[in-house]
Amino acid sequence: MREYRPKKDVQKKSYYRDRFYVAPQVPREKIEEGSRFFDDVKSLGSKFEVKDSYVEINQLVVIVESSSIFEVIGYMKNSLSYDILNEMSAIDYVAKCGGFEIFYQMLSLSTTKRARIKCFLKEGEAIESVSSHFRCADWSEREMYDMFGIRANNHPYMKRILMPDDWEGHPLLKTYPLQGDEFAQWYEVDKIFGKEYREVVGPENRDGAMIDRYDTKRFSRIGHEVEYGASIDLGEPDTNLKYQEEKGVFLIKKLKPEISKELEKRK
Amino acid sequence: MAQHQVNYTKDGGLPVMLTTVDHLINWGRSNSMWFLTYGLACCAIEMMASGASRYDFDRFGTIFRASPRQADVMVVAGTLTKKHAEFIRRLYDQMTEPKWVISMGSCANTGGMFNTYATVQGVDRVIPVDIYLPGCAPRPETLQYAAMLLQQKIRRERAFKKLPKKRLV
Ligand code: SF4
Repeated sequence: MREYRPKKDVQKKSYYRDRFYVAPQVPREKIEEGSRFFDDVKSLGSKFEVKDSYVEINQLVVIVESSSIFEVIGYMKNSLSYDILNEMSAIDYVAKCGGFEIFYQMLSLSTTKRARIKCFLKEGEAIESVSSHFRCADWSEREMYDMFGIRANNHPYMKRILMPDDWEGHPLLKTYPLQGDEFAQWYEVDKIFGKEYREVVGPENRDGAMIDRYDTKRFSRIGHEVEYGASIDLGEPDTNLKYQEEKGVFLIKKLKPEISKELEKRK
Repeated sequence: MAQHQVNYTKDGGLPVMLTTVDHLINWGRSNSMWFLTYGLACCAIEMMASGASRYDFDRFGTIFRASPRQADVMVVAGTLTKKHAEFIRRLYDQMTEPKWVISMGSCANTGGMFNTYATVQGVDRVIPVDIYLPGCAPRPETLQYAAMLLQQKIRRERAFKKLPKKRLV
């Protein structure tokens, strides 16, 4: 939910953030006897170390040790019939607690229950791959490696999946700049032309709204076109939109706007 | 001829016959621009629409070819990612001279709304562009107008000029 701000005189106010604003949290329910997840948590707890467990919007959330994740996911699949791994990835908490939270979102079709297994992984550590339990984890783990730099042990093909193989950096880290570090900004130039062409091609223009009306090398006004590079400081001439040359083109009928018909209504 | 001191190598000094050949060749070229199908993102939908029956690109003599070796014009229709930049250059180099490039849509022109690490900020960083179409996405009419402008441009050119090197490397 987005924080509510009165919108009446937003234009007049200078931008500020409420220092005492606390993001609302989804209520967490304890798992007590009689809850539909009670048995699952109990049998999980008897086998593995469960750090915390609660129910959030009808979904079970279990936090386990990262070292036991392979066995936990296998147990969930084979014994508790959570037979689909919907989604897995990581969340960057490096600045806050020096590591990543890795989550596995699972669904059981036979009991229509959803569960989320979470674990915390310190920066620089590797997690055990679950791709032998779920084939779909193969690509998810590659994406996790690509975006966060978290390696998965015993993964069949631990390579980048979205970014090019020779990319440097992991773009979904919070420390990664949105518009790219130096490597990213010059990537295509370095790769295609070589580093020495950086000066020829020039840096990226990151201002998408940049328009220089008087720069006739890169911009031209429709209906006021001038020669490439001509100076238009004193105003530019009107030029008619022309679809063909004045003289006409051999064998091609010339468009005569005066005899063309404009339809009032779509046929 | 020598008494008139005609410099055959200069513009305007060419014999009449050659200019006619120029006209003929350019006429042929400009009316059979074969486009390379190069849809990269949503703009490709508009490119396909211009090729289909309602807008009927074929009447300009443009036929979409699936191979760069048979194409004259590359329409870069969509977002060029950095991962793909290498391949657009390779396809461009595979096209035979003379060749032209239409950059279609804001993404191809400037990177558009994708002001991020993964998008090339304008295809002209990688390949030379002849016509930029504004819009997100440009309507098929815009692409048709661009094709007509490109035809005019081709007709203005000299057929046998020494082609400037369009490769940087
Ligand atoms: S310019 Fe707009 S329509 Fe075209 S590829 Fe970019 S986002 Fe899509």
